[in-house]
Amino acid sequence: MGGYGLYVWGSYVVTFVCIVGEILLISNRRRTLERQYGLIHDLNKKETENETTS
Amino acid sequence: MAINWFKYSSPASFYSLAGKMIPIFVFAAVALLVAGLYVGFFVAPTDFQQGEAYRIIFIHVPAAWMSMFLYVVMAFWAGIGLAFNTRLSSMFATAIAPTGAMFTFIALWTGALWGKPMWGTWWVWDARLTSELILLFLYIGFMSLQAAIDDPRRADKAGAIIALVGVVNIPIIYFSVQWWNTLHQGASVSVNQAPSMATTMLMGMLIMVLASWMYSIVVILKRTRVIILERESHTVWVAELQKKGAV
Repeated sequence: MGGYGLYVWGSYVVTFVCIVGEILLISNRRRTLERQYGLIHDLNKKETENETTS
Repeated sequence: MAINWFKYSSPASFYSLAGKMIPIFVFAAVALLVAGLYVGFFVAPTDFQQGEAYRIIFIHVPAAWMSMFLYVVMAFWAGIGLAFNTRLSSMFATAIAPTGAMFTFIALWTGALWGKPMWGTWWVWDARLTSELILLFLYIGFMSLQAAIDDPRRADKAGAIIALVGVVNIPIIYFSVQWWNTLHQGASVSVNQAPSMATTMLMGMLIMVLASWMYSIVVILKRTRVIILERESHTVWVAELQKKGAV
């Protein structure tokens, strides 16, 4: 890059890291939610299974 | 036959619409990114004055334009949510903020890395750089304020005030290079003048702007879907999705 490599690649690398980071953060947030819902779903199932009529 | 203009203002229907839209924009974002980088690195020539360092422009300008555009869009939806009390509008504004903040940071970072070799300094307190930094603080303020308030509807309203008041910063950023004596150069691209950039460089830059726009749409739609799931977790339709394992 004609001697400007540090600046040009420094820009592109940080941008790439930010973009990948953002995508990973969103996926993580969604997966956490799915796990929470999975737990709640299991708890609800156990509750209804353990219910008695008396 | 009456058109229901407000069909997609319901979180449930928007959730599935967004899910169908995402793949289209992913394809567009990737295609434009590849095209933009190709033009930027293999078609656009070396700059006479700046050498290869100018290639930072293919990130710096798209990031700066997106940072400003996304703020206006965020303020618009926050305003709609505040005025009409619509939940989804505010959820959308909340979804936009982190992406806008990211682009603002990238604009500042790449600007500093471009400024050091060209101007001899990482930073100056000139009008454009300072107002872009203020934009970053506005985004962070918006996100922090919303995070600090427990009730999501109150958080929406409070955030909307910051978003709307901060919109005044956008024309300040845009016109700063005309109104003040700035180190940052003036507009090379404008609506009423021929561009003062080489065509290949301009094309690369514009393709990258479109690529960032498509990317923003993807990421914001994904985040909105997650926010909808979080905030509508008490509803029947989310429970149905859970049962189907489609969450």
